[in-house]
Amino acid sequence: MSTIQPRAAAAPVSPQSLADRLDAINEFDREPVTPDRLQGPGSFIGLYAGEHLAGTEFVIGPLFVAHGVAARDLVLGLLVGNLLAVLSWAFITAPIATRTRLNLYWHLRKITGPNLLFVYNIVNALMFCFLAGSMISVAATAVGLPLGMAMPKLNDVYPNSVGWVLVVVLVGTAVTALAILGFEKIAAAGQVASPWMFMVFVAAAVAVLPKLGVTSVGDFWRVASERIWTGVPAQGVAKFSFWHIMFFAWFCNMAMHIGMADMTVLRYAKRWQYGFLSACGMYLGHFVAWIASGILCAAALGDVAPGPIAYLGAGVTGAATVVIASWTTANPTLYRAGLALQTISPNWKRWKVTLAAGAVTTAAAIFPALMMRLLDFVALYGLILMPMGAVIFADFWLLPRLGLRQRYAEWKSLLFSWPAGLTWGITLGACWAINAVWGLEIFFLGLPGWFIATVLYVGLSAIQQPARLQTARAEA
Amino acid sequence: MRTLLKLISFAGLGLTVIPSFLVFAGSIAWGTHATLMLVGTVLWFASAPFWMLGDGSRPTASPAP
Repeated sequence: MSTIQPRAAAAPVSPQSLADRLDAINEFDREPVTPDRLQGPGSFIGLYAGEHLAGTEFVIGPLFVAHGVAARDLVLGLLVGNLLAVLSWAFITAPIATRTRLNLYWHLRKITGPNLLFVYNIVNALMFCFLAGSMISVAATAVGLPLGMAMPKLNDVYPNSVGWVLVVVLVGTAVTALAILGFEKIAAAGQVASPWMFMVFVAAAVAVLPKLGVTSVGDFWRVASERIWTGVPAQGVAKFSFWHIMFFAWFCNMAMHIGMADMTVLRYAKRWQYGFLSACGMYLGHFVAWIASGILCAAALGDVAPGPIAYLGAGVTGAATVVIASWTTANPTLYRAGLALQTISPNWKRWKVTLAAGAVTTAAAIFPALMMRLLDFVALYGLILMPMGAVIFADFWLLPRLGLRQRYAEWKSLLFSWPAGLTWGITLGACWAINAVWGLEIFFLGLPGWFIATVLYVGLSAIQQPARLQTARAEA
Repeated sequence: MRTLLKLISFAGLGLTVIPSFLVFAGSIAWGTHATLMLVGTVLWFASAPFWMLGDGSRPTASPAP
């Protein structure tokens, strides 16, 4: 995954103000993408297919099995949920990305002002740290295999052995060291690994089917319903329905589509319709790979540790896949977390910030709960960043229709957009209240949350710009 | 040369995935499949980087689960 964006490693890091610190790190992406740099569909097919084949795919499929989803609910939920995710990329993210040609950072800065963006950047960086941490945990389950390490169990919160801690620290140190050295080569390795990784997922699952009693294609659905996705959850785990699967598949990348992070990618698309190419990632990674890893989990008699289940299906290659899949995602994630955190302390060199981010990431990875509660974390990650995507959507499409000025913070040179800040805070508070009062699970909160955020931002912008609203009314 | 490299890569992918279907069909043992996968993996990584890594002009993805 090399890039047309020159890396910020070379960016100056001695500016004075908060805004300057952030801008220095993102300096190279300030201008809209020029027409000669636009990419054809091939780039996006490869990019999306690769992005959604990561080490976490080895965890998510088994967690669905543990949550006792029925086979029919799983297949239908994934089909519908992934379709909704593709439509979100195509109709929400891509049209704005291809009109502005700006990345998320610079576009959001015009709406929120630099100080609020600073907060957003830090929250995003912390989310990246935990995401990278889950990848390190996943890789540790494969690295620990030849050492005979005791694997974490489904309900483990704390480390279950000294061996686990040592292996996680070893993997975390290696990932951090490579992130410090620069992640270009690792990212490139990820790009090369993607087609192979997909084959390993498929092959590992197919090879264990006989162990589950599937001896012909006609047996598959019966065995799938009776022995894999049985509809019976593991002890102490909540049961998942069609709705859980559908909403999880839709919202597990909420930060990227509804949250607009993939503006950074789709601004290079020649047409907004390239948003539909996200289907390559959804249906290869979030359909085939999740089903494959679920099959492996069942063959391993419910074991959910990625390393052992991959080894069961594909031997040494399977274990290597877990490490490579995790590593190639953890490195760029950690690198970007380091860049974002550098804004806090610009006089620190990038390697020191990345080292600190790596230490936080590794410390988080020591707790198996980060991996075993990955579904909750992924849902929370998307939910926290989603309101800013709704702000971008409302600012781009709705404010002009109401006669309100878009990108008001930029126009008034505001450092902090209070409508955007309040929208973010109140939306998350409302989602928490919906969860606490009505018991709506975290997987579903993104949908009401998006509408709350959109309405709030429009309403608060109208309060912020009363004169413009009155003018628009008079003209109407 | 590029064509030869691509052929080696696709042979590697074939060795990675095809043996699993032979295990499913009962034609080969699981151990043979695992060995052939490893050979396929080596072939893929020994050849694919030379033709897959282009001019470095692709956009990067956001880190995603």
